[in-house]
Amino acid sequence: MVALAGCQTGGTGDNNQAKCGGKIAIFGAFSGGNAGIVTPSRDGAKMAVEKFNAANPNCKVTMVEFDTEGDPAKATPVAAQVAADQSFVAVIGGHFSGESRATMKTYEGGGLVMVSPSATATDLTTTGNKSFHRVVGNDDSQGPAIANYISKVWKSTKVFVTDDGSAYGAALANTVKSKLGTAVVGNDKVQEKQADFAATIAKVKTSGADVVFHGGYVREAAPMLKQLRAAGVQAKFIGGDGLYDPAFAESAGKTESEGAIVTCPCIAGDKAKGGFDFAAEFKTKFGSAPGPYAAEGYDAATVLLDGFKAGKTTRKELLDWVDAYNKAGLTKTIKFDDKGEVDAANVVIWAFKVTGGQVVADQEIPK
Amino acid sequence: MNFDALFSQLGQHTIDGLSKGAIYALVALGYTLVYGVLRLINFAHSEVFMVGTFAVLGAWTVMGANAEDGLGMVLVYVAVALVVAALASGGVALAVERIAYRPLRKKNAPSLVFLITAIGVSTVLMETFGYVLDRGFSAFAPGTWNGFGRPFGRVIAGMPTVVQNKTVLDLGIFTISNRQLIVILGAVAMMLALDLFINRTRLGRGVRAVAQDPDTAALMGVNKDRVIMLIFVLGGAMAGGAAVLYGLKLGNTVFDVGFLIGIKAFTAAVLGGIGNLRGALLGGLLLGVIEVYGATLTKSSWEDVWAFGVLVIVLMFRPTGLLGESLGRARA
Repeated sequence: MVALAGCQTGGTGDNNQAKCGGKIAIFGAFSGGNAGIVTPSRDGAKMAVEKFNAANPNCKVTMVEFDTEGDPAKATPVAAQVAADQSFVAVIGGHFSGESRATMKTYEGGGLVMVSPSATATDLTTTGNKSFHRVVGNDDSQGPAIANYISKVWKSTKVFVTDDGSAYGAALANTVKSKLGTAVVGNDKVQEKQADFAATIAKVKTSGADVVFHGGYVREAAPMLKQLRAAGVQAKFIGGDGLYDPAFAESAGKTESEGAIVTCPCIAGDKAKGGFDFAAEFKTKFGSAPGPYAAEGYDAATVLLDGFKAGKTTRKELLDWVDAYNKAGLTKTIKFDDKGEVDAANVVIWAFKVTGGQVVADQEIPK
Repeated sequence: MNFDALFSQLGQHTIDGLSKGAIYALVALGYTLVYGVLRLINFAHSEVFMVGTFAVLGAWTVMGANAEDGLGMVLVYVAVALVVAALASGGVALAVERIAYRPLRKKNAPSLVFLITAIGVSTVLMETFGYVLDRGFSAFAPGTWNGFGRPFGRVIAGMPTVVQNKTVLDLGIFTISNRQLIVILGAVAMMLALDLFINRTRLGRGVRAVAQDPDTAALMGVNKDRVIMLIFVLGGAMAGGAAVLYGLKLGNTVFDVGFLIGIKAFTAAVLGGIGNLRGALLGGLLLGVIEVYGATLTKSSWEDVWAFGVLVIVLMFRPTGLLGESLGRARA
């Protein structure tokens, strides 16, 4: 959010300093409670931009970070600012569904292309918005994969479904519920920032479920899991990518979280393709193994960087470029349909297992 | 609405609600004490509780607390946490009064100024805590300590488990676990001790005197400023006790943990009759039970609607709360 005052204002869109390169914005929850599932993606994008700039010293791309804490209310003014500042020619984001939904009209109005590494709510691409694209699958792919894991890997027929009522959590829970059908023996909706889950736990106990699914984030899932275990509920626990965060196991407790499954439409960092060792390079650069959406962040940035390389420097050119893009990325072949989705056939969903407090790759979920 | 779920296990839901409400009640005491004496809603009290939870987390982490260490050690952990949390919370409450409120009182500021100061202090404490835990002091002075990082920062942080949850009483219609028993009994005991202190001791008489009529009390030789400091410390210590029970029961904390609990505790105080110690206990327990009943009948996300709905209805018929406002007036 800093270092923007005094930058070029207004402009007409024609870039008079250079024939290539340009400025892109990236926004998401880079701080706050959910930063752990967003910063790896930003770092992936950063890595792509730095590699690009090193390879093309005369054609530099600047990426400006806007921290929204994942909050739609904080993302909205950012969108207005970026859309009004003609020096920005493309956007990476949003990282969450709520902030994407809240801002995509503004970005569309500004003619800016959005490439999201991780916003998965299904309805984001069904409104006819021209701006929004994503390099991940949507909850229509993650939801059924979770249902598959529960019914095929765990072979459970008694599932309790909870969610936090957020754009992401509720949508994911609804998909899981409809896919599991009669296997869902109970459900509850919790509040964001809720601390005491006694009522939910009583419902889980009454239902006799042997699997609990939570659609939502760490803030609610970790205390819920901890209290479930304290209350003697041994049901297996599974959640979506919102829980793919080291803080999940640490907050819930090492013993309590053992064996919990976290799914993600993102691939495990060491499965990245692309002809170089993404995981090792990432680790050298940022000091930790690539977390959730790191490779997707890299891919989202690469889609735009390839455009700059091809001499596209205006908002219109880049939007057209992304619409026509068709190239293999680290995670999958990236080609957007007219709604801005990648081909569902290329989307893979991974299950990660919490083992000894660490989130480790478990298996690719069978389709 | 799922009446079957509620009535088939009414006893269990009641116990769950009481153990939830006991923590509201202890925090509510801080609001009620300050209001009873100063007619001031100390919104910063929610952060007094928050600081208490981090004191508990710190104490248990430093001691390497573990439920496996045997009953003797567990008692030591709880005792140390009580002392540390009461000191931390009492200290913060006292600091807030000395730094923020006293200068206003000396200038006879209008009550609106107190209100906005209270909200401001609450936000400043909460955000500063979140920021410093997350990023340390390096933002203010580059090169210095840069915080705990995750998950101590702005993420919810887990506490060591000090008491393994076990069912200690099974009456068929409900079971009660050791944690729930500790929370309910602990809260009632602290509450009774405070009630005795206010109603039976010399210092307590001073508190009641200032609550009734500050000027006359001063003429009779009661040191008003000292009484005010005392109630902030007492309220803070109760919040510290609540923080220990919260840590025992839920074992998590986060920099904005105080916000929701603060609002609920304030609601509990109003429900029972703000300024009234026993009202705070009644209001807290009742609120906890209503929330659990409501969450069971509908979804957990509706619990606030139930809680505040009941509050509004109660206030319609009893504008001063269930037991009325009466820190000083109960027993002169």
